[in-house]
Amino acid sequence: MSVDLGMPGVWAPKGAAQTSGHGAHPADPLRWGPTFPEAAAEALGDRQLRRNLARATSTIRGKRAAVVGEVTDWEELRDAGRAIKTRVMAELPELLLQLEEQVTARGGTVHWARDAAEANRIVADLVKATGETEVVKVKSMATQEIGLNEALAEEGIEAVETDLAELIVQLAGDMPSHILVPAIHRSRAEIREIFLARMDDVPRELSDAPAELAEAARLHLRRTFLRAKVAISGANFAVAETGTLAVVESEGNGRMCLTLPETLITVMGIEKLVPTWRDLEVFLQLLPRSSTGERMNPYTSMWTGVTKGDGPQAFHLVLLDNGRTRALADDVGRAALHCIRCSACLNVCPVYERVGGHAYGSVYPGPIGAILTPQLTGAAGHGDPGSSLPYASTLCGACYDVCPVKIDIPALLVDLRARQVDGDRRRILPGAWDVAMRGASWAMSSAKRFAPAARSARLGRLLARDGKIRSVPFPGSLWTRSRDLPAPPEETFRDWWSRTRGDGDEA
Amino acid sequence: MRRRRNKATTDARTEVLDRIRAALAGPDGVAVGGTGEDPATTVGRPSAADAVVRHYRSTGVHEPGSPALIEMLTDRLADYRAVVHEVADASELPAALRRVLAGVRTAVVPPWLDSAWVTAAAGAGVAVRTDAPTVPLSTEALESVEVVLTGARVAIAETGTIVLDAGPDQGRRIITLLPDRHVCIVRAGQVVQTVPEAIAVLGRSPARPQTWISGPSATSDIELTRVEGVHGPRRLDVVLLRS
Repeated sequence: MSVDLGMPGVWAPKGAAQTSGHGAHPADPLRWGPTFPEAAAEALGDRQLRRNLARATSTIRGKRAAVVGEVTDWEELRDAGRAIKTRVMAELPELLLQLEEQVTARGGTVHWARDAAEANRIVADLVKATGETEVVKVKSMATQEIGLNEALAEEGIEAVETDLAELIVQLAGDMPSHILVPAIHRSRAEIREIFLARMDDVPRELSDAPAELAEAARLHLRRTFLRAKVAISGANFAVAETGTLAVVESEGNGRMCLTLPETLITVMGIEKLVPTWRDLEVFLQLLPRSSTGERMNPYTSMWTGVTKGDGPQAFHLVLLDNGRTRALADDVGRAALHCIRCSACLNVCPVYERVGGHAYGSVYPGPIGAILTPQLTGAAGHGDPGSSLPYASTLCGACYDVCPVKIDIPALLVDLRARQVDGDRRRILPGAWDVAMRGASWAMSSAKRFAPAARSARLGRLLARDGKIRSVPFPGSLWTRSRDLPAPPEETFRDWWSRTRGDGDEA
Repeated sequence: MRRRRNKATTDARTEVLDRIRAALAGPDGVAVGGTGEDPATTVGRPSAADAVVRHYRSTGVHEPGSPALIEMLTDRLADYRAVVHEVADASELPAALRRVLAGVRTAVVPPWLDSAWVTAAAGAGVAVRTDAPTVPLSTEALESVEVVLTGARVAIAETGTIVLDAGPDQGRRIITLLPDRHVCIVRAGQVVQTVPEAIAVLGRSPARPQTWISGPSATSDIELTRVEGVHGPRRLDVVLLRS
């Protein structure tokens, strides 16, 4: 069973991809589960999931709209954000070298990783060199993307996620379903169940009040924070000019990880740079209002190399490629690399709201994920689950409206769709899609052919009930299996025109 | 072993940079963005930096420390459920601190907090310990202290944010992290309206470790509903000194 997204072409046979994301950790965090149409069909049947998502996304949409609405220069900030990111991409080699120089001059060590395996190797070796077997982690998309926790586990190192949502996902053996709130698919009642089942130090009388759940997490992690010698983080921004890194968070788990341990290892995608200190003034306004819908997030930490007597005395920065240079070479990919991972596009997306993040089969779900994932992996051809992602959109444009760096997501999705159609032109035998499109082209390119065709569509009314057609015969059944079709009107526009303005010379 | 890893690291560095330069090269092989030259030799060449237009507000309409900003900051902090105490001038501060710290037994202060403030805290019956650079308090000691009392570097009215940059009256980052309650004294003159104004102040010493604080620790991770009080201090008191 799958949802028909109106995709042309031949798609991967069912079962070609491995597991569904629930419960098992996939080998590739950017490519797991079935194709989007298959996963979406399953997700749409999960009423609890849809309720959880509807509640959470409507809350955050309201908060975001309120705090963005009070900023009089929001559009100017978006323009600046976009321009800064354009500059970052254009000057990436120089900026990375500048960052490296600054971090090194301030007592940090910079490492470079071509791919996930190399980054994981570097981090594992750094942890081993400290002799520790436990590390605390701040929520980080980059380390999710490379499957760092699983790689460390293979080396006998336990990585403890300290962000509340990330902890919920980790305890449940789940996969994240949202960039900002990885456990957005869980309700408070489900979270309570997970805590009771998986936390040994949780009081049995724990209720599902969010404040009590947060308190349970505080107590559970406190001792871990105090004994941790090594922390691993991502970075929201790195300032090339000064070598400063920034982590934006809410709970204080980030501060704990960035302050208490002796060694800090930060894994950062090469695109997360900003050129100058001043550029932070743009992103520290755009990011919090776009992501959690707050004027400012509770805590932002910034550090530059090592500060004597304050915080970790060993600092390692791992600069990660892992497909980013591939994306950079491509116009669509380069635009997607502007993303600052705020997740506003997920929260407004009608598709995301209904199917949730797991259906996208990547740690980057939602509208931006539908571009970023195939661009990072180089997904090509119908056999790759990522290649169906550009169709996981209604192209309504809400994502573009809210994007703080003005990524034109719908246009990029259309571009990716066009590439697939172009890629299929080589096929010798036309598919049903090609036949239908050529037929439509033939009929619609002539008024003499179009008018009778449109009139004959009125026959569809015979199938309609309450103005909707719920099922039609194959191949139309592919479409009506997952959605209704509006009944055609009694009268075509052309007939109405000639009847009411009628000089009859039109048809 | 060590040598091998270093070599691999160097190779990755070269290869990633080469990949980026190749990606930025146009179809004719001429770089469209980065030139791959040493940054030092490329000063003055046309750059995408020229395209960064900043039409957004770089300053607010209110002077730093003006009553309108104090009111705005108070309003924003209250929104985060921080507790704000306004004090007219320095002579009233000791009495105000005694009220704020009523019932508190232990507090920690950074090395060079205004001695009048420390005296006031001690006068409130609080056992005050100083976290000195030469004899820093242990993690265990900080974990058992009830309150941390500090100054601030700058405050942003529009966002309700207090920024600490580890200055002498703010101390190490850890001291404002482990105690469950943070009492922060902000002078009116430190309150700016906008984020860009704060970035300008902080840009004078950007390498200092910074903590931007907007209310007590909170999370939105459960159904995207904000709940105050997770790992950082669960209570934030801001004492606003009007002059």
